[in-house]
Amino acid sequence: MAPTEPTSPVGSAGALSARRPLGDRGFQLIALGAGLLVLVILVLIAVSTSQQASSWFSTEGLKIFSKTWDPSTNQFGALPFIFGTAVTAVIALVLAVPVSLGIALLLTEVVPYRWSRPIVYVIDLLAVVPSVVWGLWGILIFATWIQHIYSSIGSGVSGIPVLDSLFGAPTSGASFFTAGIILAFMITPIVTSLSREVIATVPTMDREGAYALGATRLEMIRGVVIPHSQGGIVGAVLLGLGRAMGETIAAALVIGSSPEITSHLFATGYNMPSVIANQFGEATGLQRSGLMGIGVLLFAFTIIINVIARGVVERSARKKRGA
Amino acid sequence: MADVTAQRPGPQLQEPRSWRRTKNRIATVLMVLSFVLVIIPLGFVLVSVVAKGASVISWSFLTSSIPVSVAPANEGGIGPAVVGTLEITALATVIAVPLGILGAIYLNEYGGKNILARLIGFMADVMTGVPSIIMGLFIYSLWVLHFGYSGLAGAFALGCLMLPIVIRSTFEMLRLVPSALREGAYALGATKARVTMTVVMPAALGGIVSGALLAVARAAGETAPLLFTILGGLSAVNVNVFSGANIALPILIFSNASSPYTGAQARGWGAALTLIAIAFILMIVARLISARFSRFSR
Repeated sequence: MAPTEPTSPVGSAGALSARRPLGDRGFQLIALGAGLLVLVILVLIAVSTSQQASSWFSTEGLKIFSKTWDPSTNQFGALPFIFGTAVTAVIALVLAVPVSLGIALLLTEVVPYRWSRPIVYVIDLLAVVPSVVWGLWGILIFATWIQHIYSSIGSGVSGIPVLDSLFGAPTSGASFFTAGIILAFMITPIVTSLSREVIATVPTMDREGAYALGATRLEMIRGVVIPHSQGGIVGAVLLGLGRAMGETIAAALVIGSSPEITSHLFATGYNMPSVIANQFGEATGLQRSGLMGIGVLLFAFTIIINVIARGVVERSARKKRGA
Repeated sequence: MADVTAQRPGPQLQEPRSWRRTKNRIATVLMVLSFVLVIIPLGFVLVSVVAKGASVISWSFLTSSIPVSVAPANEGGIGPAVVGTLEITALATVIAVPLGILGAIYLNEYGGKNILARLIGFMADVMTGVPSIIMGLFIYSLWVLHFGYSGLAGAFALGCLMLPIVIRSTFEMLRLVPSALREGAYALGATKARVTMTVVMPAALGGIVSGALLAVARAAGETAPLLFTILGGLSAVNVNVFSGANIALPILIFSNASSPYTGAQARGWGAALTLIAIAFILMIVARLISARFSRFSR
């Protein structure tokens, strides 16, 4: 795949590189520098943001994970935001993953090629709509509309043990669940396109073998496609999770902005990126440092998830190629 | 390949009994339904942005300065934000695209399979997953704290976001260039830098440009990296991108979306339509370029 160094028929590689003109080596160094920039930026992000957050980490100690975030009483615990990030990301995944897999299977297994391209274009359009436009639509139109649904579900389940504490009152148009729905729309394109790529690597022979045994399409998918692409699909889902955790502006507009830990999914909440976006501008002192610290935590979480996800995707891709 | 399996006439086989066939039908219906589930909200978003945005958009809306939030919809416009978005995105492009292309050249032409190149490639992929707001915090603590808010700081933050995307898309394009082309040039005695710049790059140019444009389209719509780097809140144009607070369309939409005033909300919809139009134009141009120059792709 990668081009090989030009090898000269005579002389050693050392002699060759000694004769390489200065401009040529200069160009290589510049290109190397540009490549290294990626590593430099990632290290600088970690160092400079942690530096700004150091007073939060040192003053609060383990209290950074406490339950109360209240600037008026100087309490800066990040747990409500970590909770909110987990809740919204899980809602987004629960909604987006089945739909994305459905579309990926539709594209690879059902529709002919000339139909699949327009479908891909439409899915890509989802990714082109900017986050802030999703947020604008989410808060001005979607939230006011879905509020009625929430309140009727809320009154419907009142009194039923588990459902009441999940979907009961208090309900609000801007809530964990609304944020989860909007995030689901936003991560669908990436989960779809990645799982489609993975599913496309399933050998046609395997598919035809299953059909030859008399399998229906569903049986072929369950017996051949899913086992073959499991690893890559897990990677795609993890990448979607990373996106859902870090997506800022849309969530900041529709989540309701109240730092609470509650089991009520239809209630207002907060998550990590949106509290940074909403409060950083006016914050000073320890609060600003705390918001920076939430950024550091978010950076750490997303880096870990992305490293695992990319690792899983690469390993499954290598295994497929090797097989 | 997918064609063959897709057109295989499953129902003609004698064996599938009715329950198996029904399950298969249900599965197919669910797949189609999942696509429909995605189109509906997308359609709603696009229709409401176009409907609400088109009613306020006009030449004077696109060029006049931003009024106070309480002003009615027919007063003022979004001019400074349009100028700011164009300037800052252009500056980010100038910073990030050459660096991204050079980085990809290192990965594909020089690095090959060595450990460093593989690490850089892997970390570039990881970097695409770094939340955009982190880029804003990063440039805030590294640049804004020392040199103040400016369009340039915003461009740095957007550039950080674009860099890994450009590296990835350029790398994929360089990989498609047949090595016979390179070997032909080497046989003529060209140096590696010359081969890269005069043979490999021109061959992959269409794909590289279209990949870069898609990165630009993504960056133009980003709000979070700009919040703490350009500050926003201006009513007049700040032509100087290198110093002083600036404003961009996404920031304007963000602040107007949480405003209770209908005039501000209407300006938000107008700005959203403008922003989507910019992103779509970039995407369409990218598709046209890649279709025009797709010599080695596909």
